Amino acid sequence: MPFHSHLLANGLQIVGETSPSARSAALGFFVRTGARDETPEECGVTHFLEHMVFKGTPRRTALDVNRDFDRIGADYNAFTSEENTVFHAAVLPEYLPQAVDILADILRPSLRDDDFNMEKKVIIEEIGMYEDQPMWSAYDHAKRLYFAEHKLGNSILGTPASITALTRDQMHGYFQRRYVAPNILVVAAGNFDWPRFVDLVEKHCGHWQQGAIGRGGVSETRGSGRFEVMTKDKVMQEHVFLISPGPPADSPLRYAADLLGMAIGDDSGSRLYWALIDPGLADSADCSFHEYEGAGAFYTSFSCQPEQSEETLELVAEVLRDVQANSISEEELNQARSKVLSRVVRGSERPKGRLMAVGMNWIYQHGYRTVDDELRAFESVTLSAIREVLERYPLDRATTLALGPLAQLTSPQGNGSR
Amino acid sequence: MQPQINQHTFANGLTLLAERMEHVRSAAFNFLVPAGCAFDPPDQLGMGTVLADLLTRGAGPRDSRQLTFDLDNLGLDRGEGVGLMHMHLWGATVARNLPAALEIYADILRRPHLPDDELEAVQALAYQDLRSLEDEPRSKVSVTLRKHLYPSPLSNDRRGTAEGIAKITSDAVRRHHQRWFKSDGAILSVAGNIEWQPLRDQIERLFGDWQGSADRTLSFGTQPPRRAHLAKDLEQTQITVAYPSVPIGHPDYYSALGAVYVLSSPGGMSSRLFTEIREKRGLCYTVSAGHDMLKDRANVIAYAGTTNERAQETLDVLLAELCRLQEGIEVEEVERIQAGIKSGLIMQQESTRSRASFLASDWYYLSRVRSHEEIQSAIDGLSPSIILDHLRRYPPGDFVIVTLGPKALKC
Repeated sequence: MPFHSHLLANGLQIVGETSPSARSAALGFFVRTGARDETPEECGVTHFLEHMVFKGTPRRTALDVNRDFDRIGADYNAFTSEENTVFHAAVLPEYLPQAVDILADILRPSLRDDDFNMEKKVIIEEIGMYEDQPMWSAYDHAKRLYFAEHKLGNSILGTPASITALTRDQMHGYFQRRYVAPNILVVAAGNFDWPRFVDLVEKHCGHWQQGAIGRGGVSETRGSGRFEVMTKDKVMQEHVFLISPGPPADSPLRYAADLLGMAIGDDSGSRLYWALIDPGLADSADCSFHEYEGAGAFYTSFSCQPEQSEETLELVAEVLRDVQANSISEEELNQARSKVLSRVVRGSERPKGRLMAVGMNWIYQHGYRTVDDELRAFESVTLSAIREVLERYPLDRATTLALGPLAQLTSPQGNGSR
Repeated sequence: MQPQINQHTFANGLTLLAERMEHVRSAAFNFLVPAGCAFDPPDQLGMGTVLADLLTRGAGPRDSRQLTFDLDNLGLDRGEGVGLMHMHLWGATVARNLPAALEIYADILRRPHLPDDELEAVQALAYQDLRSLEDEPRSKVSVTLRKHLYPSPLSNDRRGTAEGIAKITSDAVRRHHQRWFKSDGAILSVAGNIEWQPLRDQIERLFGDWQGSADRTLSFGTQPPRRAHLAKDLEQTQITVAYPSVPIGHPDYYSALGAVYVLSSPGGMSSRLFTEIREKRGLCYTVSAGHDMLKDRANVIAYAGTTNERAQETLDVLLAELCRLQEGIEVEEVERIQAGIKSGLIMQQESTRSRASFLASDWYYLSRVRSHEEIQSAIDGLSPSIILDHLRRYPPGDFVIVTLGPKALKC
């Protein structure tokens, strides 16, 4: 699948992977900004701005934006993470010009006052929705507890108070600072014509203003190491997260870290599956590697009946201690590898799957990687690479948060109970 | 591009469906066995879920660990689900590993060990699954709605009840498996980079001597009350509203679908509920409506989750929008639905899992697989007047309303 790249004079980067046999084309605008780029006064502004992007421009009202996307049958959405805001659409090949026109237009939003005030209510509803989901709530609190003062601990959604306090001008200031051309990557994947695509992007985005890029606060962290219990009487199950450090996104160890996470906590055949799910102790158990710019982390989680939390947490700690001391076996590594290889192949069959892979690789690996590059990277992970991950990023000194009906829970190390 | 679809029903009643997708490297399969939770013994609700979990804890020559290990080494992403009418077992991996995976699934379906000593753990999981529902307000309200929409056993939920789960014994699980896991009425669909003839030969060898049929007649309980409120102290109130529609195969089916899509089209944001309730009023983050279908009946089910203080207004606006449908539909609204369905059908071609599940579902409902052209031409034939005619025959009304939150709403 041929790869192409082009840098516009204003610093906006365009990359594409063409695949003439694909049924569709996927398009994305990757803005390299997220919750970690907010000041404390701007808490929640990145995600709120992602919503406001859909509320219109001088050429389109909010309703026009939705109608124009729907008229071309686009499969479209956006998401905000700790460090990226991504707007994406998959369309039939003949509609790619319209999709570029809409996405490029809305990336320069009007941020009208009445839309701003209306959307505030929607954001507060979204916060309320997540508040009612204990597993999500536990994840969010655990992440903040782990990262503490580190900017990766910033809340993506913000709080009802921070959202209420935000002004339209603050959002506009943030937009001008972060949505500059050199901070945006435009990606396409699938069935499309590259020279024509570059012309379209140039026409729509060539005039976007330049500006400084990059971010502060990029550093590794070992996490706070704290142990906290959040009591919620109305919650049925106890939801527990343990977070420990991992390699950053541009580390060559990321492939080993991914496989290690799967061997410990994939939903079938992993250490946690056999320790927790198979005997019926927990109704969910997971361990996965999350990567960010400059830092990474392993998120280990489970939910179980409150009265079994102590026993279950001790078992999880035991699994982590054992892996830390003895690593995983060749057999476990191969098992995880088989699963990942199959997932990579299947994920790459849809242009929207490739869109995300090509975009994220450009951002974090600073270049293009084919599906086969990815497959080879997983194939070449050795047990000594796994060992290196464990040595540099110990699993057994986790930051722990439990959310549920329990008032007290003893830390497996015997410290920090509350 | 015309999909290459093959079908064969074996003498024992098992139907094999396959779609060859040359442009992909993977393959997905989907077994539908008519053993959904509607067939759970009334005093052992949750039986289907317990059986589904036990199925993969050892089968044929493999014990539980070996089975998981071998499936993992095939790179198989998999799952077992219990729907109302069917138990479905699906898997997806690279195409070259499909035959080996199907060999193991023949054991899982036909020769599971259903080990006695694992029953207690499986019951504990089923019980926790049931408790977890309390921590998922949207699922909770949706399960409760079905209890008020359908008579038993159509209102059964896969999670069953705590009492039902407790009463399940190893013998009962084995009897349940023997009674419902029969070849007749079972469907296996496969989509991906596969060859039809070798696949058919393999399935004939693995399942050709699978036997039996079951009397699947259901007897229904009484129609439950149409209103309910579940009191719980939450940030948001969960609202669901349902009203009758028609199932696939009915002459009105496509216009019924058109009417639902005017309210809420899959993936689209210009449809009415999103526009009126979220965009114009900021009343919620999530609002949607969908077409919910059994073979002989169907309903439209609408959902909204909203802050408690604004819940009454949300319900009022939602009901008003449902009733306003009959007053008129714009040509533009229908054109947007047509564009969405066209691109959805084509993009489905990029996913082996979507295609495998489409094949099985069409076969269950229609005993045939619809072509893209058939669906597209039915959708292209829609117009505001055709949808409005349908709405005159089936006006939104006679609502079943279920809410979950701190305060009951007026309706």
